[in-house]
Amino acid sequence: MAMKQSIGKRVGVTILAWTVAFLIFFPILWTFITSFKSELDAIAMPPKFLFFNWTLENYAEVQSRSNYLKYAFNSIVLSVGANILGLLVAVPAAWAMAFAPGKRTKDLLMWMLSTKMMPAVGVLVPIYLLFRDLGLLDSLWGIGFVLMLLNLPILIWMLYTYFKEIPIDILEAARMDGASLFNEIVYVLTPMAVPGIASTMLLAIILSWNEAFWTLNLATSNAAPLTAFIASYSAPEGFFWAKLSAASTLAIAPILILGWFSQKQLVRGLTFGAVK
Amino acid sequence: MATQQTSAAARVLVAPSVVLLFLWMIVPLAMTLYFSSLRYSLLDAENIGFVGLQNYTAFLSDPDFTSALLNTLILVGSVLAISVGGGILVALLMDQPVFGQNALRLMVIAPFFVMPTVSALVWKNLLMNPDSGLFAWIARSFGLEPVVWFTNYPMLSVIIVVSWEWLPFASLILLTALQSLDEEQKEAAQLDGAGPFSYFFYIVLPHIARAITVVILIETIFLLSVFAEIYVTTGGGPGVATTNIPFLVYKEALLNFDVGSASAGGIVAVVLANIVAIFLMRIVGRNLEG
Repeated sequence: MAMKQSIGKRVGVTILAWTVAFLIFFPILWTFITSFKSELDAIAMPPKFLFFNWTLENYAEVQSRSNYLKYAFNSIVLSVGANILGLLVAVPAAWAMAFAPGKRTKDLLMWMLSTKMMPAVGVLVPIYLLFRDLGLLDSLWGIGFVLMLLNLPILIWMLYTYFKEIPIDILEAARMDGASLFNEIVYVLTPMAVPGIASTMLLAIILSWNEAFWTLNLATSNAAPLTAFIASYSAPEGFFWAKLSAASTLAIAPILILGWFSQKQLVRGLTFGAVK
Repeated sequence: MATQQTSAAARVLVAPSVVLLFLWMIVPLAMTLYFSSLRYSLLDAENIGFVGLQNYTAFLSDPDFTSALLNTLILVGSVLAISVGGGILVALLMDQPVFGQNALRLMVIAPFFVMPTVSALVWKNLLMNPDSGLFAWIARSFGLEPVVWFTNYPMLSVIIVVSWEWLPFASLILLTALQSLDEEQKEAAQLDGAGPFSYFFYIVLPHIARAITVVILIETIFLLSVFAEIYVTTGGGPGVATTNIPFLVYKEALLNFDVGSASAGGIVAVVLANIVAIFLMRIVGRNLEG
């Protein structure tokens, strides 16, 4: 079909598509550029697009003034830790539902999905009070636990759709050879399931990294991740755009890169397998 | 097929997830229900008492609730219209044979990965600030007065920011759906001399209808809970102009310390979300049959 189209038309469509994509991407690019400006250049009118004194001082200042690394560390611990914990629970569950489905497996899956539909505000009050009484407010364990539970239905669903694609014959062969349940999981399934688990993990990390309802409400300083760090720029003093840009760039860069790698899985994960 | 032994083992493997999710959702929800029937303020924690449905009548008859409900519906409706409408156009464009398709996809999907606090603050300051923002400069270049976005059009501003976050999601899902359209079907339509419009309405649209439904439902679930964008830009104001239901509940609970009223609000939010959820579950459930 591409052959039938004239080159001229193709060039025209290409220019249009690139323009649209550029406009959508522009705010991120602009943040990136602004992060290398001095504060005065950042608010200059007319705006300076490329010709200004490029500087790294904002990055240094973001670290020295507000201890960026502490928040970044919390973000990493929370998003990776929560989902490792989540996988420990989710992998066995998804395995069981994919390979030894019972009568109620489908209902169970739907029920798990339904917990994801619950708006966070519906349980904000009791969770907040429980956390306060248990001393879990502003603790990495407490927030990590919440993030794990938030993602658990997505983890199970994604893993389930991946496991479903593993040919069942191989399992039966292993069972015929007398493999125990444990051996079956460790030696037969795991190697085949690793790619699916990895993509599931990737998506879950992205979601946890950007989660901003519970992290803003349950963390104040010690356990606060980057979402809260950036939120502290909402009521700033003096000129702050360049520093805001530097902090933002640092906060989104790692996840943007991970996200670009995982965009195919994103579709499957976020639609619970309804669109592949 | 599953033997007795494996199905017993399967139950053991599923149990931790079920227990955790049960504890996470059902128990707090029951607590919310319980709190919603109490007169319970954290500022006056000695004076707790049963008040029946009084929190609900108070919450639902509060003019702030009416405006929060309206704001929630406006926000969800507008962002859906923009992101789904725009998403269809973007997906159609990306599906054309263009040069550098992969790079295009990366650029279009990028905003989805930006954390909400970052997108809100970057838009509010770098782009929409009336003095030094980029939009102000563009307006002045055309000899126009810059728009004071967050003061004069607070809800529209929030809608623009949230739409920017969700347009990529809609585009990506719809593009994925478009790409599964049969090459043969496309060619058959072309041979039959279908014009671009009849091609779109009779072939493309029916093919991606299900994906559109899924996008609408999933976005609705997330959009009903928009919080961080409002938290860092307008704080729900000016007045209550951008206070949606999640923000109202947050205000009642963590700023006014009124547990009873906040819980009633939480339950209202749950009911709203469940109306949407039922439809989504039907679609996903149908998919499980296959």
